[in-house]
Amino acid sequence: MAIAPNAADRARFSRRARQFLKKLRHGDEVAHLITLLAASSIIVVTLMLVYQLFINSALPRHKFGLEFFAGKTWDPVSEEFGALPFIYGTVVSSALALLVAVPLGVGAAIFLSELAPLRISNYLTFVIELLAAVPSVIYGLLGIFVLVPVLRTVVMPFLKRTLGFLPIFKGPIYGVSMLAGGLVLAIMIVPFIISVSREVLLAVPVEQREAALGLGATKWESTWQVVVPFAKVGIMASIFLALARALGETMAVTMVIGNDPKINASLFAPAYSIAAVIANEFTEATGDVHLQALIELGLVLFLLTILINGLARLVIIATTQKGAAQG
Amino acid sequence: MKLKNSITRITLSIVLATLGICAFVKSPSAAPAPPALSLTATGATFPFPIYSKWFTEYNRIHPDVQINYNSLGSGAGIRQLQAGTVDFGASDVPMTDDQLHQAKVPVLHFPTVLGAVVATYHIEGVTQELNFTGPVLADIFLGKITKWNDPALASLNKGVNLPDADIVVVHRSDGSGTSFVWTDYLSKVSPEWKSKVGASASVNWPVGMGGKGSEGVTGLVKEQPGALGYVELTYAIQNKLLYGRVKNSAGVFQKADLAAVTAAAASEARKIPADFRVSITDASGKMAYPICTFTYMLIPSKFDDAAKKNGIKDFLHWMLTEGQNDAEGLFYAKLPKDVVARELKAIAQIN
Repeated sequence: MAIAPNAADRARFSRRARQFLKKLRHGDEVAHLITLLAASSIIVVTLMLVYQLFINSALPRHKFGLEFFAGKTWDPVSEEFGALPFIYGTVVSSALALLVAVPLGVGAAIFLSELAPLRISNYLTFVIELLAAVPSVIYGLLGIFVLVPVLRTVVMPFLKRTLGFLPIFKGPIYGVSMLAGGLVLAIMIVPFIISVSREVLLAVPVEQREAALGLGATKWESTWQVVVPFAKVGIMASIFLALARALGETMAVTMVIGNDPKINASLFAPAYSIAAVIANEFTEATGDVHLQALIELGLVLFLLTILINGLARLVIIATTQKGAAQG
Repeated sequence: MKLKNSITRITLSIVLATLGICAFVKSPSAAPAPPALSLTATGATFPFPIYSKWFTEYNRIHPDVQINYNSLGSGAGIRQLQAGTVDFGASDVPMTDDQLHQAKVPVLHFPTVLGAVVATYHIEGVTQELNFTGPVLADIFLGKITKWNDPALASLNKGVNLPDADIVVVHRSDGSGTSFVWTDYLSKVSPEWKSKVGASASVNWPVGMGGKGSEGVTGLVKEQPGALGYVELTYAIQNKLLYGRVKNSAGVFQKADLAAVTAAAASEARKIPADFRVSITDASGKMAYPICTFTYMLIPSKFDDAAKKNGIKDFLHWMLTEGQNDAEGLFYAKLPKDVVARELKAIAQIN
């Protein structure tokens, strides 16, 4: 039945097996294999995602071409689809969120890592990390029932009275608006920025601080001119992590942004974001073009994220070089 | 010694807990064997409460039949039925001819219950039920009537002190059967709405802002003075919302309640085609509330599996007879008697 193996073959085989087993015992081969598998699985998933989004959006791509990015009408009845109002809403609401969350988050992180007593810092960090785990629908509900009424009755009338000459603070006040969407996002992403930035700041070597203090710097000078620049890359990373969450956030945004796909300079006007419209319309989209246009929006969000992340990397490279020159 | 004690105690409690879990897990296995027939369905969210009650109730009477319903939306119901991944579907909107052609086997529509959509509003100082007409609602949603004290509204509501306030239009942002019924009605009563916007589960709204789900619309209406939105009658009754009367085509300002909804279907009964695919908005009866709809189960007309075929036929029969009595308890309107009679005959088409 089987060919009888001769002695030499058997010896070679057992030697190889032993070598392999030895490597296995050391764990190198196994570790290599497992980590390689983990790394490649991410690439495979990403490629599959793009492939699926691309394949399943063939109809609108052929029908509208690049017009899809520039079109301002979203009409499921006449099957005319343009993504621009959604791209605008996504980018502006996320930018607004960063504008509020970055100073707040980085400021809080500096306080927690450099100035606050360690015990208080640890307690507060625990609370902040709890905030990061709150489901987004809860933030949305708080947005509708707390933030939006406050915006409508207090904040927006105030802004209109004082800064109403600016086009971003013009128009009727509804409460639900781009501003509300941006603020809810800001609240949601602050914990990410604080928690990661604090870790990065704490990781700055004590010698750096001691050297600065030894040269006669005050506590704040050492923090602001030595510690923060040292941790710059990490702080940037925390901001991009937060931005990624803001771009893709669905539930909380759709509950307060007003869901109106129009481009309006005023932050008081309702707007719409990509993730929100996909979540809203996907379940009841019966027309093929409508369904595929929503999938193409998913692709657009993907491209937008790549684009923004690419820009972010450039910013990191540029600022770190500057930081090094200063140091 | 102390440490040893606590270890013993922890071990003991773990053992006890495990035993407890085992006992808990084991007890259901003493229950009757798994059902012989398991049916899966996907579809509309609007009738989910009554469907889940029906499926549970039916399972209690027939322990060998289990129906699993996944309320992913009408669109998902139609797509999964076309793909043949579910035994039947459900939709608030009848399938179009195109969609029927794409299905592997011919699909039958069975109306199950009726729903209605009402106009709810929030005007400071107004607690009365307002009167609306279809054309006025269409003009408001087109952005042509923008103030609450517009002559068109004021003349319908003499004696109500309507303020000089902006109307803030609120619509559903998520695709929904509710939006379909609403826009279908507006299309029937306003040629301009029909040509500019049309009827669909999601449309390009000329004005206003979108709330996600009935609760989103209600939230916006409650928070926003001057708001006018639309929600399902079921939701409005359960949440005790203030909503207006709408003038039907017989000229009566009709308040939406379950009887007025069933009356709308009854008054249209003669016009209902053999396949039950019909819009009953703007019904002609005097008692009819004009913004109503059937919601459907979508049943394939052919089953390879005889057990499934008989199971579904029997369930449909039960749903159309005894099951109808459960509807009003959950604030759905019952089907009119002659529609039920016709559907019972239609069950024979499944083979």
